[in-house]
Formats: sequence, C-alpha cells, structure tokens
Amino acid sequence: MTKAHVYKRDHVNTDEIIPARYLTTDDEAELAKHCMEDLDAEFVSKVKPGDVIVAGEDFGCGSSREHAVWAIRGAKIQTVIAKSFARIFYRNAINCGFYLVESADAVDKIRDGDELEIDFRAGAIKDKTTGADITFGALPDFALEIINDGGLLEHIKKSL
Amino acid sequence: MGMTITQKILAGAANKEKMVPGELVDANIDVVMCHDVTTPSAVSMLLEKGIDRVFDAEKIVVTPDHFQPGKDVKSAELHKRLDKWAKRHKIKHYYKIGKAGVCHALLPEQGHIRPGQVIVGGDSHTCTYGAFAAFSTGIGSTDLAAAIATGKLWFKVPESIKLVLHGSLGPGVYSKDVILAVIARIGTDGALYKAMEFVGSALAEMSMEARMTMTNMAIEAGAKNGIIGFDETTEKYLDEHLTDGQDYTVYESDSDAEYVATEEFDCSKIEPIVAFPHLPSGGVPITECAGKEMDQAYIGSCTNGRIEDLRVAARILKGRKASVRTIIVPATPMIWKQAKDEGLFDAFYDADCVIAAPTCGACLGGFMGVLAEGEKCVSTTNRNFVGRMGHPKSEVYLASPATAAASAVEGKLTDPRKYL
Repeated sequence: MTKAHVYKRDHVNTDEIIPARYLTTDDEAELAKHCMEDLDAEFVSKVKPGDVIVAGEDFGCGSSREHAVWAIRGAKIQTVIAKSFARIFYRNAINCGFYLVESADAVDKIRDGDELEIDFRAGAIKDKTTGADITFGALPDFALEIINDGGLLEHIKKSL
Repeated sequence: MGMTITQKILAGAANKEKMVPGELVDANIDVVMCHDVTTPSAVSMLLEKGIDRVFDAEKIVVTPDHFQPGKDVKSAELHKRLDKWAKRHKIKHYYKIGKAGVCHALLPEQGHIRPGQVIVGGDSHTCTYGAFAAFSTGIGSTDLAAAIATGKLWFKVPESIKLVLHGSLGPGVYSKDVILAVIARIGTDGALYKAMEFVGSALAEMSMEARMTMTNMAIEAGAKNGIIGFDETTEKYLDEHLTDGQDYTVYESDSDAEYVATEEFDCSKIEPIVAFPHLPSGGVPITECAGKEMDQAYIGSCTNGRIEDLRVAARILKGRKASVRTIIVPATPMIWKQAKDEGLFDAFYDADCVIAAPTCGACLGGFMGVLAEGEKCVSTTNRNFVGRMGHPKSEVYLASPATAAASAVEGKLTDPRKYL
C-alpha cells in the first residue's frame, strides 16, 4: 500500500530533509532515522515502506548533500511528488536511480493519507482514495536510461 | 542569435562551436573540488563499483573544511577516509590541516581557479568560482564520483538571467547587501536551473572578494551557476594568485545573446539588508528591522570570511566591546595570518570576540558556535533555513560583515553606517 504524506509548502530544504548535524555518516539506515526530522519529528514513525512524500515548489533546495536522497530512500520512501525540484537534488536522485515525479496537478489533487498507485514509465498516478486519475510528464529519456542502469556510476561503467 | 558566456564555456568544454539552452552536453571538467562531507561517500561508491581511479591527480583539489579539525569521532573517520584516498592517488593539491581552509575561499586564493574553466565541486556553493568568468556548479556525491573517475559530466545547458547592477554602493553597503536584495526580489527559486549573469557598472567597484560573495549565493536563488565577466580586477587578482604560468581563455557574452529575463538594480538605492528566517529571500532593509535582539554574531564562511570582510568587522569592533557572543572565523590559514599580521586579531580580542581556526563549522550547525533552542544569530553566512546553525527552533539572520559587527556591538540588529 502506498500512502501519501502531504507537506503543503514550498522550499522544503536539505537541512530539513537531513540536518547537517547528521552528516558525519553516510550510512543510509542511520540517515533514515533522522529523515525530515526538522520539518516533522513524527515522520519516521509514521511512514511505511513504499509511501510517498508530496510537497510544493522547489523541493530539496539548499545543499548538494546526496544524503538527502539517501535519507529518503533509506526511509523506504518510493518517490517524492513535487511541483518542482531544486536542481542538485533532482540530479542527485537520478544519479542514485531514484524516481521523482514533477507534477503541479498531482500535488494539487493528492490529499494527505490518500492511497496511490504510480506507474513511473507511463507517467500515471491512480488516487485510489478519491478515484482520480492523474498523468504526469515522465522523466527525460537520458534520465530513465541512467535509472534503468541502476544509477550514474553503473551507467558510466558501461563505457569505461 | 549569439551566445552567453555560460553557453560559450560549455561549448568549449564539449568541443563544439555552438550550444543552445536545453541541449545536453558531455563536458570536460578542468577542476574537481573535494571536501570532507561529500567526498568520502564518493570514494566509497567508486570502491564499491570497482572503479577506484582518478582522471587526473593534478586537477582534483582536496581540502577538509566542514568539520575540520575533526569535531568528533565520526567526522574524524570522514577525514581518515579522505586522507587515505588522497594519499593513495597522490592527489597533488591536497590541503592538509594547517593549510586546509573553507574550500570556496581557498581555491581561488591558492590559484586553482581561472577564467573559461568548467569547475565542479561536491558542495552547493561551488557556484562561487563563477566570479572568475568560469562555469562552476555544485554536485552531489555520485556526480562527484563520476567526475573524479572520468573527468567528464553531463550538463543541460542553462538559460541565462541577466542581473544589471547600476550605480555605486553607498557607504556601509556591500556586495552581500546587493545579493540579498537580488534574492529578495527574484526569490529562492527565481533562477531555478538557470545561469545568473551579473553585469553593470557597480561591478567595476567591487573586488574579486566582493564579487565572490555574490556568485556564492547564486544557489540561494536556485541557480545552476552564477557568473561575472572578466575585467581588469579579475586580471589583477589572477596575476597575484596564479603561480603555474599556465594561460587561460577569456569568454564573453555576445551582444545579441539571449536572456530569459533581465532584472535591473540601482545599487545606490540599496541599504544594508538583513535576511530574516527561514529563507535567504527574507531580506528586510536595516532601517526597518534595527533593534531586534540577538544572542550571537558570526563572521566567517565561504560567503564572507575573507580578509576584506574581517577588515570591515575589525574597523567597527575596534575600541568597542561585543555585547553578545561573537565568533570570528577567518576562512583560510592565509587569511588567518593576514588578519593577525594586520592587527585585526587585537581588535577582535579587545572586543571580547573569539577567533576560530578556518572551518565551515557553525555555518551549517556543525560546531564552533552552534545555537541553542530559541537563540538568534546575526550571521555573514548564506543560509538561514530551519535548524541551519543548530536547534530547529533557533534563528539565523543573514547580513554583511559590517551589519554583523555593528549588531555584535549593540546586541541587536544595527545599522552599520553609524559606526563607519
């Protein structure tokens, strides 16, 4: 079951996703314990594997720390749905092989607690709670190729 | 249609004549900057993937800075991993403790940055080096690993926004106030994915240090890179700092280059500004916010920890006392020595300030000045996000070194012009 955790705000930044006081480790499971801590102290205790984060514009702004993606992935979050993403976060996610959904329509329609079904390749979300069908622009081909390969390093390894 | 300086640099790095915004390119990298937070992870990834190699041991610059000297066991472990890797690959420009400093102040000072280059670093404020007519951008650990191993990265050529800075800055007003004014107007995603190109007569009066303060904060408007064209000031700085005798390529924007937006600023009308929590776009003129009580003043960082910044702060603090905790962090060992030799440390000591070793430290809530619950800090750094300098309920007010020093004296946000 994929449940939506909606944060109705813009500019959710990397310091909120994973505060710098935890950057002395790059262990994903350890980072996951503090995921979103300064924004929502309850986050880690309420999310279940496969859930998604929903937020407004400019998600992931701030630091280049890939720890932000690792913390979210470590918390077993399936994807982040946002109106827009900060560029380094967006790039880091693709490089890690982690899907993102950029869609203002989806953010406007999905309510906190809604149950979702997401098809990344088709660019489709089914909101099973409200019955809404939402479409979104899938990632560009080169990004899908990187994700398909299992991330940027596996991707470049092919040509080394 | 002509090309912007950003397009031209990326075209050059991809061995192409022409390049348009939106195009994907594989660019050759000239400099890779590595520090203690994001590089150890990159190295682990390379080891795990069986590609433990560096594309060029002379083009990678390594300095621990975020948590140096090691603040606890875990950060010491990061330094150990960084050190092992740098030694194993015989990284030529590895700045160990004693010579290590805040990366974005250190690299230009030590002559690693030159016009026309493509520079990447595992730190979002890598956009700082764009002050030298270079393309420079921050990346995460996976990109960093790829850049270290191959010397190449994919980029989408950005559209450009032109920021025209007219007029002259008034007394007590600095480039920090200008960039805070810019971000207050366009917002923290006002330049998302784009290049911020600064032009205009006000630049002629700014030193390279002052220009770096502006390009440093391009990321705070969401930009991919910030960039300033080459002029006599750039040339003079490079003559003093480049030591290897290698030449560089100067690119400039064509007169018919395309900009998706142009924003004009009359710098003579800009006042000292303080960006209120919790976004760098929260700029308020000091005349509208003076008097707000502070618990700490912090003068340092890759934004404003350079010698000019310390001189301005010392001028205000000299012969006075700081009435709140005041922490001075020279950004590099050379700046530290210069400040000592110029007698600035005497002014800080007499004013009851503490002088720290070069580190990013408290700017990101690491150590050396972390805030308790409910505390407020006027800071010369670049971010005032929730919890940035410590407790999630602490607050950071971004300002110039002059405003921070004047506020340190009075213990509340203070217009620096009364002390100059």
